Amino acid sequence: MNKSIIKFVVKENIKLNYNNFLITLRSEIKIEGIIPGQFVNVQIPNSPKTFLRRPFSIFDVDYEDNTISLLIKILGTGSGNLVQIEKGEEVDILFPLGNGFSISESEKKILLVGGGVGIAPLMFLAKELAHDQKVIDILLGARSKEDHILVNEFSNYGKVYLTTDDGSMGEKGFVTNHSIFKSDYQFDKVYCCGPEPMMVSIARLAREREIECEVSLENMMACGFGVCLCCVTPTNQGNKCVCTEGPVFNSKDLQWQI
Amino acid sequence: MADLNVKIHKLNLKNPVMTASGTFGNGVEFDDFIDVNALGGIFLKGTTLERREGNNYPRMAEVTSGMLNAVGLQNKGVDYFIKEIYPKVKKYDTNVIVNVNGSSIYDYVSLAKCINELDGIKAIELNISCPNVKQGGMAFGTNCEMAKKVTSEVRNVYDKTLIVKLSPNVTSIIDIAKAVEDGGADAISLVNTFLGMAIDAEKRRPVLSTVTGGFSGPAIKPIALRMVWQVSQNVNLPVIGMGGIMTPTDAIEFLIAGASAIQVGTANFIDPQVTIKIIDGINNYLDRHNFGSVNDIIGCLQL
Repeated sequence: MNKSIIKFVVKENIKLNYNNFLITLRSEIKIEGIIPGQFVNVQIPNSPKTFLRRPFSIFDVDYEDNTISLLIKILGTGSGNLVQIEKGEEVDILFPLGNGFSISESEKKILLVGGGVGIAPLMFLAKELAHDQKVIDILLGARSKEDHILVNEFSNYGKVYLTTDDGSMGEKGFVTNHSIFKSDYQFDKVYCCGPEPMMVSIARLAREREIECEVSLENMMACGFGVCLCCVTPTNQGNKCVCTEGPVFNSKDLQWQI
Repeated sequence: MADLNVKIHKLNLKNPVMTASGTFGNGVEFDDFIDVNALGGIFLKGTTLERREGNNYPRMAEVTSGMLNAVGLQNKGVDYFIKEIYPKVKKYDTNVIVNVNGSSIYDYVSLAKCINELDGIKAIELNISCPNVKQGGMAFGTNCEMAKKVTSEVRNVYDKTLIVKLSPNVTSIIDIAKAVEDGGADAISLVNTFLGMAIDAEKRRPVLSTVTGGFSGPAIKPIALRMVWQVSQNVNLPVIGMGGIMTPTDAIEFLIAGASAIQVGTANFIDPQVTIKIIDGINNYLDRHNFGSVNDIIGCLQL
């Protein structure tokens, strides 16, 4: 579907843990053809101290229900105000934005790696990959047990592996230290979203194994549709807008030290 | 329905609402949201002779009622513009204006010559006010001699409508406006962004990679409005006003202050349909106050 400004109505707003919320929004017009990894730019209601919209990954899409859902972690004033919205309230949203992940028919065995709120674009991706009969492993990292959210929902689509920084759930350490990488573990492609150091480590691992790696970036942006040129990332073809030429990049195209 | 037509030198505008350079891409990015042809004109993203990568990320900081940017004129250069962008924008049934930038007088003159050849471009906006480039840019717009010289050198090679965009980062905006009038400008647009700064207190570091950047948004409107009023009182050229316009009322205030037309900038980032709402709002205002033409309110401020 074309980029549009759409009024959504809050269907539900669920508090998942101390600082993460899952907000489901129903569109006034028909939602079609959303690509996993695309995002929305939200005008935060009741937020006089913020000026710009706030970008969030599309966490899930329900075409039958005509809803999208957003996983929101409270990081500042904008997200803090957004999670206050209640069922029935209207939200002004610019969407769908960005390129989204690419899915190749030849790649059968897929690894998804998410860190913290970086799991946000991976749920809809997992759903679409499962629909395409891919074999999916999902590796999720978080600081601590209480930060692991929606693990059961991910397990609907593949085998889930967990790490925590403090060892309170799953294996202790970073996702890249997980024991699955120590065996002769094989996969055809990895999709990753999370803190940049984590994505760089996963990209390095993928490069060593000569596997395609797609990462989703989250640079600060003003517009979300390619006109302010604020959200650029350096690539092998010069600075590119994360909002229109991303947020998903093949890690080979980025100028990361891998 | 009032008559919304206005004239800026030789340009006929179907209404006084245009878009500010750097906030509207090349227009095509807005085709999903609005009928670009409904606008009085569009000012394209700043163009330079050579491709520019712009400044490093981070280039943006949100501040109270506005934002700072430090893009630094990222663009693919004039050859790319002529080959790839011009064919796409000349289809528009509105005034398409190229924003011209340089590090030297030679750059401005060479670029103006190139653009002069393009039939579909009826005007250029000489940007002597970009705060985010190391050489040129604002240096030309903060010194009367330099402002006059670059204007007159471009005037010598450019025979269509020459608009000069002024920087507000000066002691006397009137003196600079008079200098570009003396240099042969056909119209003046103001204001570009204010030089500003944001600090991340937790990290004790600047937010922007360039430390300082251009401040825009509704927070600057009162200062921009004052400058537009001062300039329109003191030069005989048409003035295109901008700075923090978010609503129809904001636009109307600039017209009352003396602007013959306005540009909408940062507001496009938040609401890509805002320009259309502003046109409708101006129309409603004129009807409500029984004005037959938008020209009736330009410079009508009663003291």
